[in-house]
Amino acid sequence: MKVAMTVNGQEATADVEPRTLLVHFLRETLGLTGTHWGCDTSNCGVCVVLMDGEPVKSCTVLAAMASGHDVTTVEGMERDGQLDPVQQGFMECHGLQCGFCTSGMMLTARALLDRNPDPTDDEIREAISGQICRCTGYATIVRSVRWAAAHPAQQEAAAT
Amino acid sequence: MTTTSDPPVEERPIGFGRLKRKEDPRFIRGKGRYIDDITLPGMLHGAILRSPVAHARIVSIDTTEAAAHPGVRAVITGKDLEPLNLAWAPTLSADVQAVLATDKVRFQGQEVAFVVADDRYAARDALELIDVEYDVLPPVVDARRALEPDAPVIRDDLEGRTDNHIFDWEAGDRAATDEVFARADVVVSQDMVYPRVHPAPMETCGAVADYDAVDGKLTLYETTQAPHAHRTLYALVAGIPEHKIRVVAPDIGGGFGNKVGIYPGYVCAVVGSIVTGRPVKWVEDRSENLMSTSFARDYLMHGEIAATRDGRILAVRTNVLADHGAFNATAQPTKYPAGFFHIFTGSYDLEAAHCTVTGVYTNKAPGGVAYACSFRVTEAVYLVERMVDVLAAELEMDPAELRLRNFIRPEQFPYANATGWEYDSGEYETAMRKALDMAGYDELRHEQAQARERGELMGIGIAFFTETVGAGPRKHMDIVGLGMGDGAELRVHPTGKAVVRLSVQTQGQGHETTFAQIVAEELGIPPEDIEVVHGDTDQTPFGLGTYGSRSTPVSGAAVSLVSRKVREKAKLIAGAMLEARPEDLEWEKGRWFVKGDPEQSKTVAEIAMAAHGTVALPEGVEGSLEAQITYDPPNLTFPFGAYICVVDIDPGTGVVKVRRFIAVDDCGTRINPMIIEGQIHGGLADGVGMALMEMIAFDEEGNCLGGSFMDYLIPTAMEVPDWETGHTVTPSPHHPIGAKGVGESATVGSPPAIVNAVVDALQPFGLRHVDMPCTPARVWAAMQGRPEPPV
Repeated sequence: MKVAMTVNGQEATADVEPRTLLVHFLRETLGLTGTHWGCDTSNCGVCVVLMDGEPVKSCTVLAAMASGHDVTTVEGMERDGQLDPVQQGFMECHGLQCGFCTSGMMLTARALLDRNPDPTDDEIREAISGQICRCTGYATIVRSVRWAAAHPAQQEAAAT
Repeated sequence: MTTTSDPPVEERPIGFGRLKRKEDPRFIRGKGRYIDDITLPGMLHGAILRSPVAHARIVSIDTTEAAAHPGVRAVITGKDLEPLNLAWAPTLSADVQAVLATDKVRFQGQEVAFVVADDRYAARDALELIDVEYDVLPPVVDARRALEPDAPVIRDDLEGRTDNHIFDWEAGDRAATDEVFARADVVVSQDMVYPRVHPAPMETCGAVADYDAVDGKLTLYETTQAPHAHRTLYALVAGIPEHKIRVVAPDIGGGFGNKVGIYPGYVCAVVGSIVTGRPVKWVEDRSENLMSTSFARDYLMHGEIAATRDGRILAVRTNVLADHGAFNATAQPTKYPAGFFHIFTGSYDLEAAHCTVTGVYTNKAPGGVAYACSFRVTEAVYLVERMVDVLAAELEMDPAELRLRNFIRPEQFPYANATGWEYDSGEYETAMRKALDMAGYDELRHEQAQARERGELMGIGIAFFTETVGAGPRKHMDIVGLGMGDGAELRVHPTGKAVVRLSVQTQGQGHETTFAQIVAEELGIPPEDIEVVHGDTDQTPFGLGTYGSRSTPVSGAAVSLVSRKVREKAKLIAGAMLEARPEDLEWEKGRWFVKGDPEQSKTVAEIAMAAHGTVALPEGVEGSLEAQITYDPPNLTFPFGAYICVVDIDPGTGVVKVRRFIAVDDCGTRINPMIIEGQIHGGLADGVGMALMEMIAFDEEGNCLGGSFMDYLIPTAMEVPDWETGHTVTPSPHHPIGAKGVGESATVGSPPAIVNAVVDALQPFGLRHVDMPCTPARVWAAMQGRPEPPV
């Protein structure tokens, strides 16, 4: 079947099996391997992407269900050579180790800051509670998101 | 000599200190290259058919329909592997393991057949079309049952085997220990279970095999923590000459010991590539990872501790029943069937100690040393730290005070413990007191007393651990005959930039950063000018890889010493350049200068250019600036730490909430404090998981009850607190830079602190012990005085 969606601002169309998962469509059809796969049961969240600005687990979304929607992956976070403050925050605050959960964590953080520019630690923890990280123990991820929230570019965006 | 804070960052502009990671720019852009990101031209996809039952004889396997399925290129069974002598493969513990089952299946999830197809969907579809007839046998699920005379014999493939017993092992002096116990004022004992758990890295295991039939070369991309050891094993087992095998570990999405061994899927991918003449990718799914790859722990332990009435600990003894699953595939040094369990003597100055460990087969997945355990140090530390708290309860003594009274004192190091190990260095009281200060221990006890009056269940748990890591000296330690050393090669290019090649492999530990910092510290070259190459056997020197917290103690020493070798060679060349005798030169980070005339100097970059240029070199000095080394550690290193956990238990539900966790670690010299703290944070979260949530349980039929993340619960950000970390620094006297390793410290040290806190909270109920995981159901049942439910 034919699917057509916007991925990181660009039109993406392809013929796929109806059962094709969004995560496989992104990784294998489009070659966007920054979105990872980890569990099949919506528990781990390493496959999180944004669909119309909301985090979804792309291992339990069919490519067909994403058709007509606007999808953002980690590859779409850097714009015009400028890293998203969330990406900078993860580097500054050691919010990652092996890097496997990082794409999903950062995208969830981006969605959180878009609707809540100054989240508390508890709000950050709740936002990422559908995702698992085995390396960091989460504290540095919370700090990374807080760093991003305090970033001038983030505050500027929140003000407009 | 112990210090308690890091030097100011500005004192160390180049070398050790907090430094952002060199690997992060690719990860935060989604540009990491993990196993499933590798796509080769013409690549096919493999999938494994697994046993639905725990124990059964295979009557027949019919692959006809699967082989005819569209897109399927090959279906491989154990019978196909037999002519290649690959149906069985040696394990890392002198046993064999079925690659694809031929006679019986021995655990649920065992590998039975391998399908190679054009895409992963077709391969999965074809699995459904393979018809296997099983004659189901009674399974052995409980390690105690395994030793009963009428228990079914699991390993009837082994000639002459009539039971499920694998080994008996002991350490310490039984007679001396029994003598101390006989005369002790106080003896307490406790049974405890360290349940089977799973490392569950976020990335599952996988491989891409690419066999080139023309030049006979196998390139094998693998999720491996030990690429060189794998290459040698493939050469020995598969008969492919070692120089025709290239093992590449790409970026790895977490390992924690799960990616040490060679799994049947890797071998199947290789065979699939040979059979089809095309590259074959195999990546397991989450259930396959949890059900079939290396588990951890599964130790049934009986502990006893002997003491004087006034709180002097005299001796510890323990008996352990170790469940090794269907094949003995633990990945520990050959002479150590129970790993380094010897360290159950803990951090205390004992008169005597003795332990026995009996290993058995059961119808469960094989493996056994994984999940950041430092070769069974996890189980040993849990045992002794639980026992000390049981003793404290018996003596009605504060558990902090009891520990402080019994620590090995600083002047006793190097300390020979009762099981024959030499602890390198330690200042335990300093670390313990720092943790007590950070926690505000006295105030916490005061608060607890008030909380108890209100009927609230607040617990404070302490654990003090000594680890033993950095395996290890080759005279004692090998894995399948390979001595446990590591190599390093360092080359300074003509313009003063450098490349260092390692035999260890990062899985997120930040090797590209810390190993550059070690070279920077030794040579004065900025870390950003040093490329770290690792994970490719064609590009790196031989060595045993990353597990057991051994990268810094072993490979870190190798990199430090190879840098010093280059520095010494640079001295000879600098002497030629400055027309000075080498003995008249003095080193200052980054340059050699003439003693008493510091203006007369040559930087490493100047020396590197001269080495490759036309300067007349001294006799015997070659025209390059490089060196290589293989490091054989003289001893293990012994990191330690003091952990304090505060929990609150809901009396109505049994839910345990970790309110605070204070961790003071001493891993010797600190290379990058940011990375060290990150490793500790991760290990602490592991500890919360093991103590409160995680367990690979089985039902009576041997069905795995922890086969997905729906059932195998791992902490999220909601279950863990904001960690409070501190440190002391007691360098290792035998390590070139004094570093000890830290990757597993927190995983080792945190579970007893948490369980001690849970038991402390339940003191009003008169409880001395609750087994892990302290789930709400278990804790609630314990409060009701009921036997604990199985999970």
